[in-house]
Amino acid sequence: MNAASSLRRIGLPRLIVHLSVLVICIIWLIPTLGILVTSFRDAGQISASGWWTAFTGAAETSAARLGEPSTAKQEGTNYVISGSVFEQGQGGAVRAFGTRVAAPTEFQAGQAADLGEGETLTINEDGSYVYTKNAPFDGERGKRVYLSVAAPPSFTLDNYRTVLTSQGIGQSFVNSLTVAIPATIIPILISAFAAYALSWMEFPGRALIIAMVVGLIVVPLQMSLIPLLRMYNEIGNLFGVPSRSYAGIWLAHSAFGMPLAIYLLRNYIAGLPREIIESARVDGASDFEIFVKIILPLSFPALASFSIFQFLWTWNDLLVAMVFLGTGKDQLVLTGALNALLGSMGGKWEILTASAFITIVVPIIVFFALQRYLVRGLLAGSVKGG
Amino acid sequence: MISQVVSAVGVVIAGVFVCALYYWLSDKILQAVFPVPVDNVHAASVNLNRRAMIRPWLFLGPALVLLVVYLVYPVVATFILSFHDRSGGNFVGLSNYRWAIQDAQFRQSIFNNILWLAVVPAACTFFGLVIAVLTDRIWWGNLAKSLIFMPMAISFVGASVIWKFIYEYRGGTDTQIGLLNAVVQFFGGDPQVWISIPFWNNFFLMAILIWIQTGFAMVILSAALRGIPEETVEAAVIDGASGWQIFWKIMVPQIWGTIAVVWTTITILVLKVFDIVLTMTNGQWNTMVLANLMFDWMFRGGGDSGRSAVIALVIMAAVTPIMIWNIRQANKEMGGH
Repeated sequence: MNAASSLRRIGLPRLIVHLSVLVICIIWLIPTLGILVTSFRDAGQISASGWWTAFTGAAETSAARLGEPSTAKQEGTNYVISGSVFEQGQGGAVRAFGTRVAAPTEFQAGQAADLGEGETLTINEDGSYVYTKNAPFDGERGKRVYLSVAAPPSFTLDNYRTVLTSQGIGQSFVNSLTVAIPATIIPILISAFAAYALSWMEFPGRALIIAMVVGLIVVPLQMSLIPLLRMYNEIGNLFGVPSRSYAGIWLAHSAFGMPLAIYLLRNYIAGLPREIIESARVDGASDFEIFVKIILPLSFPALASFSIFQFLWTWNDLLVAMVFLGTGKDQLVLTGALNALLGSMGGKWEILTASAFITIVVPIIVFFALQRYLVRGLLAGSVKGG
Repeated sequence: MISQVVSAVGVVIAGVFVCALYYWLSDKILQAVFPVPVDNVHAASVNLNRRAMIRPWLFLGPALVLLVVYLVYPVVATFILSFHDRSGGNFVGLSNYRWAIQDAQFRQSIFNNILWLAVVPAACTFFGLVIAVLTDRIWWGNLAKSLIFMPMAISFVGASVIWKFIYEYRGGTDTQIGLLNAVVQFFGGDPQVWISIPFWNNFFLMAILIWIQTGFAMVILSAALRGIPEETVEAAVIDGASGWQIFWKIMVPQIWGTIAVVWTTITILVLKVFDIVLTMTNGQWNTMVLANLMFDWMFRGGGDSGRSAVIALVIMAAVTPIMIWNIRQANKEMGGH
């Protein structure tokens, strides 16, 4: 099948749809790809060339000296010096060359460059050169030339080794896990019980509590920070304990995630078939037993959705960690460490990109592995503002 | 390091155990306090009723305590603190509010927040809708959606590093390693320090949030588009409507409610935007926004809880209409339950 007939089969409008989605996908992927590629590059190459040239090799400028005039051979009326600009064992591909340091790319490799005074110089890609003059060469030393050499692409794991050990990213990774895992699991159980009470128990004030939960979903975190910071400091002073601790941030994250958790779980649990719960009641099961043996197993999809949300949110959070956790080595989470590196390691992209990639790799794995539940949760709870 | 992991795992297990123990034990105590004797029908029914009255509050208890301590009480406290001085001890009336109105940085933040509100929700919803429509029509649409949705999982700080690298500027004759400057140079333009160009730098920061949130809009809108009954579209096709007309006159009106949800959700997110501005510029070059100014005043010069509280209240005031609308919506839905 040739291109024209396959084009006709697909149809031009369809082809445009395919192409535009492809272009959008590429635009969306390129930023992440940039830091992924850069994090594996050699520090020198990162600053010498853009990451998009990583696979073709970076161009580096170097200098070389041509053979001494005494090595010139006479060929007809011309005098010729020839050889290689590379020393023994050195390699690479010459892209361009020049005779002034300011213009190392004046002439393309393989091109015969007219240097004036009857001199011509050709440097080939493999480094061999022919330098001719229509009169004998003068002077004692060889001519200096500047080369733009394509260094072969070189990839390395050194950046990761550096950030994991000497930049404290490894420790921060553990700190982030220490924050995120309890802060994901603790609120689930508490809100599941609350959601069950709000769905299947009759009591005065139920509608009011549901309305409060829905309202609290969108209350900005900023409203809570100042009073809680004061409260934590007071508790710290009162009992002589540090005001910034893991226990403090676990409770804070649990509480901040709770309105959405209760809302999502209530919507799900309230939708479970009434017959199951009522027949269990008739059989004499208590509410506690119904909850543990029937509700929890049946609510697995909703529990999974919420835990993914909460995990991503606690892992990616910076604000709550900055307020409720210390900045010491044993408490600095990944987002905080990355933020600090942005300040102290400004242009050191080999450090920044590797650290950034370590920061985002866990959520990305969670995302691709459990995307189904994430989408379901989003569709059920899209009143929450992130 | 290892001991920290062990203690974190320990906390998870202990936490779950304590929670479970609370619910189990409180239920047992309830049954012991209000026994249901088999020989006394009257006492049994009285005690059963009492149990039914108390049990919901046992189930709700821990959640309510957390909600009240961490969300309800702070809202009230912040409101009260906004009328007090920097230490929170002395009543100063409206002076923090007067300060805010006259403060140049506060005004700048309000202006920037309005700019963000005008651009980001609209851009995310628009791109999300377009991409949802396009990807629904091709066989590899789900793969494309996954890729566009992926930035959702990336932290704002991580995204900021990613985009700072794109906006990177090299002075002098150095090779431009930032993608944006390389592209500009390729087309013959001059490289710029993008994030320090006043006013326009806001848009370079917004691009990051749009990159993250478009996937969210796309997922929600795509589900809504699939929910549109096929008959309405088919009828329009039979009536000879063009693709453009079908999209704007048949599909968009039917998903109007979902568009509103997406729009308001992103609006709330935009009002709280903090990490991106902190890591990209820290409010320099006229990029300050309310959440950053609030955080700044929380710690600036030892912290000023009064001024900080006023800024927090402005953010709260902006989300209040959405909050009321959500509560009404939820009440309406529950009317049927």
